[in-house]
Amino acid sequence: MSTAIESSTQPVSASPVVPAERRATSLILRAREFGIFGVLFLFVLFTSIAQPRFLSLQNIKFILIDTTVFALLAIGETLVIVSRNVDLSVGSVLGVAAFVSSNLYQIDPGISIIVVFAVGIGVGLACGLGNGILVAFGKVPSLVVTLATLYIIRGLDVLIVGGNQVVANALPSSFLAVASGSVLGIPVISIIVAAMVLLAAYYLRNFRSGRDLYAIGSNPSAAQLVGIPTSKRVLIAFVISGALAGLAGVIWASYYGTINSTAGNGYELQVVAAVVVGGVAIFGGSGSVVGAAIGALLLNTINSALYVLGVSAFWDQAIAGLLLLVAISLDKGIASYLAKVLRGRSRNHGA
Amino acid sequence: MTADHNADDFKAVALSLQHARKYFGAVHALEDATITLRKGEAHALVGENGAGKSTLVKILAGVHVPDSGVLEIRGQQIRLNSTREAIAAGVAVIYQEPTLFPDLSIAENVFMERQPTRRFGRIDYPTMERSVEEILAQLGIKLDPRRLCLGLSIAEQQIVEIAKALSLKAEIVIMDEPTAALSSAEVDRLLAVIESLKRSNVAIMFISHRLEEVYRICKRVTVMRDGRYVLSDATSNVSQDQLVRAMVGRDLEIRSATSDAPTGAEMLKVEHLTEEGVFSDVSFSVRAGEVVALAGLVGAGRTEVATAIFGIRRYDFGAVTVGGKRLRRGAPLEAMRSGIGLVPEDRRQQGLVMEMSIARNVGLGSMKKLSHFGLLNSGRENSLAQEWGARLQLKYGRIGDSVETLSGGNQQKVVLAKWLARSPKVLIVDEPTRGIDVGTKAEVHRLILELARQGVAVLVISSELPEVLALADRIVVMREGRLVREFARKDATEELIVEAATVSGGVAA
Repeated sequence: MSTAIESSTQPVSASPVVPAERRATSLILRAREFGIFGVLFLFVLFTSIAQPRFLSLQNIKFILIDTTVFALLAIGETLVIVSRNVDLSVGSVLGVAAFVSSNLYQIDPGISIIVVFAVGIGVGLACGLGNGILVAFGKVPSLVVTLATLYIIRGLDVLIVGGNQVVANALPSSFLAVASGSVLGIPVISIIVAAMVLLAAYYLRNFRSGRDLYAIGSNPSAAQLVGIPTSKRVLIAFVISGALAGLAGVIWASYYGTINSTAGNGYELQVVAAVVVGGVAIFGGSGSVVGAAIGALLLNTINSALYVLGVSAFWDQAIAGLLLLVAISLDKGIASYLAKVLRGRSRNHGA
Repeated sequence: MTADHNADDFKAVALSLQHARKYFGAVHALEDATITLRKGEAHALVGENGAGKSTLVKILAGVHVPDSGVLEIRGQQIRLNSTREAIAAGVAVIYQEPTLFPDLSIAENVFMERQPTRRFGRIDYPTMERSVEEILAQLGIKLDPRRLCLGLSIAEQQIVEIAKALSLKAEIVIMDEPTAALSSAEVDRLLAVIESLKRSNVAIMFISHRLEEVYRICKRVTVMRDGRYVLSDATSNVSQDQLVRAMVGRDLEIRSATSDAPTGAEMLKVEHLTEEGVFSDVSFSVRAGEVVALAGLVGAGRTEVATAIFGIRRYDFGAVTVGGKRLRRGAPLEAMRSGIGLVPEDRRQQGLVMEMSIARNVGLGSMKKLSHFGLLNSGRENSLAQEWGARLQLKYGRIGDSVETLSGGNQQKVVLAKWLARSPKVLIVDEPTRGIDVGTKAEVHRLILELARQGVAVLVISSELPEVLALADRIVVMREGRLVREFARKDATEELIVEAATVSGGVAA
């Protein structure tokens, strides 16, 4: 209400200099993504001064693989959040896909790795399809749907796993190599996922169906008016999110080797935090996959730094939470500042 | 109905709708809608709220399919089953409050779902931005196609919608009350855009409650009442009185000449009120029984002064006195206790709680009176609302219905009732009849005058000069945050007020 009143009465002096402002606003937009690079840099700097072991090749590799799993989840989560929805079930999906796929080796040790990946992705895709149908066609808010499936899928996971678990001995080395293989010290899987992130970013920017997701998140009723197939797009976003969570599950299994029914527990909030810290607006309409992936990198770096510094895991979560708060309030601040600048600019043009 | 000898009648018909009917269950939204739009011509559609204009618009937009009737576009009979089909048929609708994507650029908003593409379906941004630039230039508007729509004024948002219509090569443009929320400078700009559309041979349907605009730009006018068309003719053949009579189906009484100048005690006194950069040195007073109008362009600072008086907005210097008692600044509860009521500009956002019942909304200002030991007595709430509903001739189903179900005019009556139930000494009404049809408008005017007769000091803010002249005993004109002129009603004319509000280069909004 108060903004509505203020909006008509911007003091004239508030309008910025005309030629510079375009550059200024695009800088701000970019700052949303790259500001966190600054934070990341500072964190790495301070931690490595305090504890040089932090920058060991082994540790960097750990961080990268952890980030890889989260970046995969973040791609899907970004698609979903940009369309003004949220997917809280990704942690559970990751868990069930990790077990179901790797458990195939206990049933048939000679099974092809392609089948294992296909099954993991398929399980995730099926979960995503369920979420998507309920949200897009059942018109149930995604927060409710995926909160429910978070528990349902975890429950199924516990049922399937029973007292059982998959251990590394049961897994062939070719499967374990998926997460451990590296080129010049960089895990291959990280390179592949980085390419996927760039691909997803290119897709969201340059294809109509990608822009549709932003449009839906920016103004759902307008999206319907211009004829965007809203339900179909939202459904697909959830399906992709599910499938990527399934893929992340398989990679997770390959990385840890030991899979029980707690795999991926609590990941959903970390993913949402990474995405939002990475500059994706929590109420949809703006943000990028690249930002989200950088957000994932930042959160995992912080996790690792705290571990290396010997800080208790409690701080880990508290700091993730704090970052989330900072990111969201910064996001709000930037949005309203941007609105102000843009309003001033149209004033200049309008006169 | 006559005038078939007019040469312009030979302009090609772009769209014709004959005897369209649309029922929603038991509700007869449209009984018989008939209208013919010609190329290069603006055709006004007028009528009270609830006359069926919106339903008609939605039929042409492809949102509703009529139960019966014939729709022809460029001589071809057609059925519009979806908004997509309407767009494909060359019909573009511009709504009063455009629905854009704030997070996307102007160019993307214009071309959403139709972006020009390169190989493999990739969006061709440079081409897209260039063509939007060209369209905006054609409309004589300076806006960067790459900027986000976040922060565009309503007028600019409408321009984006018009650009969209042009990019679609729409031959039929329907504008649903486009000017309702615009300042007069913006209205002028929009009307100029409409003229350029006419020159490009576009057929325009223009819906407005402001008859001056209808006469200014429309060749023809169709009047609807109770779901039927009652009159359709060249504007040159119909007088404003005839139009109004056709719309309401009865004569409206217009306030007779000035009643005696009120001589009550000074109820509201504003001295040197200043908020840096917004308004400065605003001083005036309102006597008991007097109606003072605060006139000026949108953006002149009128609403800001009103909200500062009421205490929602803080000011830097100055004083507000009600009935001899000075008010603290920024204290709306104290302002209410001292007897001020404020009927805000945006009734849906600020005046009402849309989801709550009529009774609850009316009772909101009188909670203390209606409750016992902190518990609200809904029986008393209902009877209070019923009493005021009857006095204000509120048209409603049940008193427990949510206010969303009411028409704009009746919603405004609910806001008025809320304040009147508190027996205010000073009532500030901001744009009391915006978006309200002619018939209800007259009732609201009558109510305001009746209040003044009972000794309430009334401050009216209005951008509609006929309204200002019909209501006010005195008129204070603001320009760019300052009071510039004061007129007694007998000395005021529309021209003088406009001059005072706009002089010195003029473009204030």
